[in-house]
Amino acid sequence: MKRSLPLLALALAFPLAMQALDQLFYVSFASRVLIYAIAATSLNLVLGYGGMISFGHAAFVGTGAYVGSILVAEGVTSAWIGWPAALAVSAALAAIIGAVSLRTRGVYFIMITLAFAQMMFYLVNSMKAYGGDEGLTLPQRAELGFGLDLGNEMVFYYVVLAILALTLYGLHRLIQSRFGRVVVAIRENEARVEAIGLPVYRYQLACFVIAGAVGGLAGALLASHGKYVNPNVLHWLQSGTLMIMVILGGVGHLWGGVIGAVALLSLEHLISDYPIPWLAQLAPNYQQHANLGVGIVLLAIVLFAPQGIAGLLGRRRRARA
Amino acid sequence: MSWILILEQSLNGLQFGLMLFLLAAGLTLVFGIMDMINLAHGSLYMLGAFLASTFVQLTGSFVAGVLLAVPATAALGMLLEVSVLRTLYARDHLSQVLATFALILIINELVRLVWGSDASLPMPAALSGPVELVPGLRYSAYRLVIIGVGLLVAFLLFVLVTKTKVGMLVRAGASNREMALAMGVNIKGLFTAVFGIGAALCAVAGSMLAPLFAVQVGMGENILIVAFVVIVIGGIGSIRGALVGALLVGVVDTIGRAFLPVLLGTFFQPRVASAAGPAIASVMIYLIMAVVLYFRPKGLFPARG
Repeated sequence: MKRSLPLLALALAFPLAMQALDQLFYVSFASRVLIYAIAATSLNLVLGYGGMISFGHAAFVGTGAYVGSILVAEGVTSAWIGWPAALAVSAALAAIIGAVSLRTRGVYFIMITLAFAQMMFYLVNSMKAYGGDEGLTLPQRAELGFGLDLGNEMVFYYVVLAILALTLYGLHRLIQSRFGRVVVAIRENEARVEAIGLPVYRYQLACFVIAGAVGGLAGALLASHGKYVNPNVLHWLQSGTLMIMVILGGVGHLWGGVIGAVALLSLEHLISDYPIPWLAQLAPNYQQHANLGVGIVLLAIVLFAPQGIAGLLGRRRRARA
Repeated sequence: MSWILILEQSLNGLQFGLMLFLLAAGLTLVFGIMDMINLAHGSLYMLGAFLASTFVQLTGSFVAGVLLAVPATAALGMLLEVSVLRTLYARDHLSQVLATFALILIINELVRLVWGSDASLPMPAALSGPVELVPGLRYSAYRLVIIGVGLLVAFLLFVLVTKTKVGMLVRAGASNREMALAMGVNIKGLFTAVFGIGAALCAVAGSMLAPLFAVQVGMGENILIVAFVVIVIGGIGSIRGALVGALLVGVVDTIGRAFLPVLLGTFFQPRVASAAGPAIASVMIYLIMAVVLYFRPKGLFPARG
């Protein structure tokens, strides 16, 4: 935890530097990255610590996004209502989905979580009153009160940063707690935990619900950030992207979700917005095919760095010591 | 809602179900034998459709184009297996998901580079008209051909799996991989062959469905999930399960989309029915899957004892 202080200082200073350079775009971009970091961190709790390969996390993020947006669209603009509501509805949804899905194991669990997410995707698609497949544009971001204007990019960034810091600290404490130990123990050997007499199903369900709730909060932030939401936040490719962030960053590492979100979104941005001269000469419109580069980098990481980026950093540190 | 309409939609369901079966059969074999989650299976379906559109244009004949696209896709599939996927068998499911997700991105962009975002594959003119099956039911000749091709390929696959040596090895691999290995089965060659067969089936489905749906980048992603639903309902590794699951999903999905809005309309106001009908229809196959898994967590026909 101590090692995180310099990082926190860096994150605090970042928008000030960007403001000085008159690059407010990057403050907004960084907010998006941090929101994805929250979502990926919540998935990491289920995926990395709980060992439950959930392929439907977008269902919770998307539900949170829609709950937050619908409230704002209906005139309930206070974040103090909208965000907890997103959290609560996503938690309830996770309780239902988890209660059914956790009866299955392995590949079947992957597929049933995916199926539930697809159901939510189609349900949202058919909500004609809230935009249907065209999505819902919001007149404004949620309001926090206390003189904090979330419409201001700087303020929004710091609020998101605070929530991310709380999420990480919460995850850290959770994993250290008895609850966390049990969840990790189930990942390592479910039969033994069962034999000790602990209720495996209930622990897993609780873990699943916590992750779903935090995912929902991230969703509400995401909708507020873009002032727009559409059903694609629930698409299975979104679940896949979140999983990739976790795997890329490091499964079961405290910082895995953060590293993955920063790495993936920066990579996408770099490839599509910064032309490389010699490559542009070779293939003039290569930037329209940014996903090709993203795919190749991802593939290389799976093949050559199975522990993710956190694993790479950790290995080097250990080698030095 | 006459019985002719019901019969027509049932045929549509059968046609969709058979094509789903071709996709699901390859997927379930790869899944069951190699214990490998291959998200890129949908990309092979897309490649099959794009290749078919090119070959049909080059040869000027639909049949020749499809017959060329099938071995070409199979070759590409085997190339993919030998170059990348082979190294993933020993890895956990997470790595497989990530790697094959990366392959989706790569293949999508490569297709976009070669063909652009979409291609066209028109229906052969001779088959574009309807035929009168029974008095009063005029049914698309092309869809009948799809049903015929689907039944033929399903039969060939059945013979391959149950009557030949390769099929025996495949079944041995699906029911107990370690034992098959210990008995000296050439697993490497078998895996590549299975992957090639799976890719060929993808190409058949992709090129046959292409005139009905659009040939475009991303076409594989949605149908891939439906194929996954099929094999999970049927039981991973079971061809029989894939057939039952595919027909169930095909018929339920088609019938649901056609009749649910009407059916709901008899109980609710039209406005409610027209909003809820399509939503419930598109959710129905996932609902079936959730119910099946709730009662039979390993699917209808578990391949492993």
